[in-house]
Amino acid sequence: MTVARKRRISHAALLGHAAILVFGLVAPFVFPNYTFQIAMLWIMILFALTWDIMGGQMGYNSLGNILFFGAGMYISAVVQIGLVYDVAAYTSAFGGVKVDFTTAQYFTGIALGIVAAAIFCTLIAVIFGSMVFGLRGPYFAIGTLGVALAAGELVGGWDYVGGGGGISMPVYPGEPESRSLFFYSLCFVSAITTFGFLKWLYSGRFQTTINAIRDDEEKAEAMGIRTTRYKVVAWSIAAFFLGISGAIFGNMAGFIEPLEVAFPTVTFGIFMVVMSLLGGKGTLWGPVLGATLFHVIKEVTWTYLLGWQWVALGAIIIVNVVFFQQGILGWAQDKWPEFFGIVVDDKLSAKGAAAREAAE
Amino acid sequence: MWDNISLLGIAPLLNVQLLLDGILIGAIFALAAYGLALVWGVTNVKNLAQGDFVIMGGYIAYVFSTLGFHPILALPVAAVLMFGFGWLVYRLIIAHVIGRDLFTSLLATFGLALVIQQVLNLIFGPDVQTAESGFDILFLFGGQVTLAEIKLVSLILAGTLAALIVIFMKTSRMGQAIRATAQNARAAKIMGIDTDQVYAFTFALNAAICGAAGVLISMIWVIQPFFGISYSIRSFVIVTAAGLGNLPGVIIAGLGLGAAEQFSGFVLGAEFQQATVVGLLVLVLIFRQLQMRRHRKVVA
Repeated sequence: MTVARKRRISHAALLGHAAILVFGLVAPFVFPNYTFQIAMLWIMILFALTWDIMGGQMGYNSLGNILFFGAGMYISAVVQIGLVYDVAAYTSAFGGVKVDFTTAQYFTGIALGIVAAAIFCTLIAVIFGSMVFGLRGPYFAIGTLGVALAAGELVGGWDYVGGGGGISMPVYPGEPESRSLFFYSLCFVSAITTFGFLKWLYSGRFQTTINAIRDDEEKAEAMGIRTTRYKVVAWSIAAFFLGISGAIFGNMAGFIEPLEVAFPTVTFGIFMVVMSLLGGKGTLWGPVLGATLFHVIKEVTWTYLLGWQWVALGAIIIVNVVFFQQGILGWAQDKWPEFFGIVVDDKLSAKGAAAREAAE
Repeated sequence: MWDNISLLGIAPLLNVQLLLDGILIGAIFALAAYGLALVWGVTNVKNLAQGDFVIMGGYIAYVFSTLGFHPILALPVAAVLMFGFGWLVYRLIIAHVIGRDLFTSLLATFGLALVIQQVLNLIFGPDVQTAESGFDILFLFGGQVTLAEIKLVSLILAGTLAALIVIFMKTSRMGQAIRATAQNARAAKIMGIDTDQVYAFTFALNAAICGAAGVLISMIWVIQPFFGISYSIRSFVIVTAAGLGNLPGVIIAGLGLGAAEQFSGFVLGAEFQQATVVGLLVLVLIFRQLQMRRHRKVVA
């Protein structure tokens, strides 16, 4: 099907963006009891958006993107603690020693920690990218899954960063209300930045190129596209933002630990895939929609499912993947293409050609 | 770590012990991996729920032993039950996945794996279980090397099963149909083979093999609802290293993986045993990439 996309900036779209921004700004004041949940919603949106760069737009389905989330968390922790104390001594005390960070130390630490997490995660992506990008399809998915699982195990056996016992993060110097607002705004800003950056990124050649890699990598290469370079860049972008989110989440949670918090492959690692698929992979708004729906449904129903929630999650994945893979937005685009500014040229499309043949 | 390595040098019989344990367990890994290779080769579905089928078989044996039967008796029962379960899974899920892109089958079976492990967790709880076989322990080399008789029994059973499967694949009508479908599904269809039936049978057979492997695992090792993923990864390591349709390769890779795990568990510590499996997977994948690069191809 030959599809020409027209970019339309309508009043409705502007209004939509404004509504989301306003919601993000006032939400913690209107729903003060749910600040943490809404902050998590922004992180989930970031997860889904970053997964979709590779999984949706480029057709490389990574099951191990959670690696960068956990790596960011640990890098930031080490930087934050290492600025003031000896990391090994701090972690071996398992939070038993009460250490105080002054306000200035805390905020410089967190700022540097986030920056370091972003930079180092990008580096990790470049290094691992050159290792795994010769892999395609199932091998890529299994390979990345393996790397993420291994990372959790290895960090769990590394005493310098606390091993399986984890690290208690520096305590926020201030009131609990200001703490939750502080972390809420960090989550909000990082998600909005990710969205804005990807919107900009997807408006240019980059999207066309990575879509070409998804549709036919050999042909893309034959057309002179340096596919490996694009793959590494795409993964680095995902790693950059995931590293930031990891650093923020680690501080927000207050305590980090390798298997459940930092490298939760079967929870967050799979959530990002499910959310993108649910909303419609390969679109900008799909992951946002999917993440919002998934997170809201999860938060509302989880506690009522009494232990069956994980079974339900597995069932959602199966149904989603097997019977509804195009996702909500993909389905809507098929149903009402005009609304999305997609013009289907009947003369060029395969469907049109078949119809003409039938008519003749 | 270095202490442990030098210990291996000082006490050479320790090597024998580790090698023996590794090979006896590796035989069962090879069995599960053969099932994966079978399904992969015939239906092109990458089953990430492989390990969870194994664990299901293990729990069937566990239930048997709590009911007062000997867990070995669970072997045929588990094979039959898992065959039925595999058939059901094929009809419900896999039939819709065949012929779709690779990621679909991978993610769908991952969802299936989640469902299985969580249901097992709800039924049996997260505790580690084992099916008590009541066999003795043999002492070799003047008591320096111990060998549980059940491990030897399970090795024989695994070998017998593998031989039975090979005979079945070579001689029976269905086995021939399976091999024909694996070679060329279209041509097989033209020859009048009901390929859909073949796919269903293959998937069910794989589940049965896994169930039998699980029974053996539950007797010689431990099972737990969430151990499935490591068996899946092990199967992938073995199949990736050996290649599809290469039975001797699968056996050798399986035994090798078992031994490698035992040695790394001893040298690095038990907590690194699983990291070794995934580490080996990554190594195998990198090696395959280098291999393919020589032919200017990618691992796909």
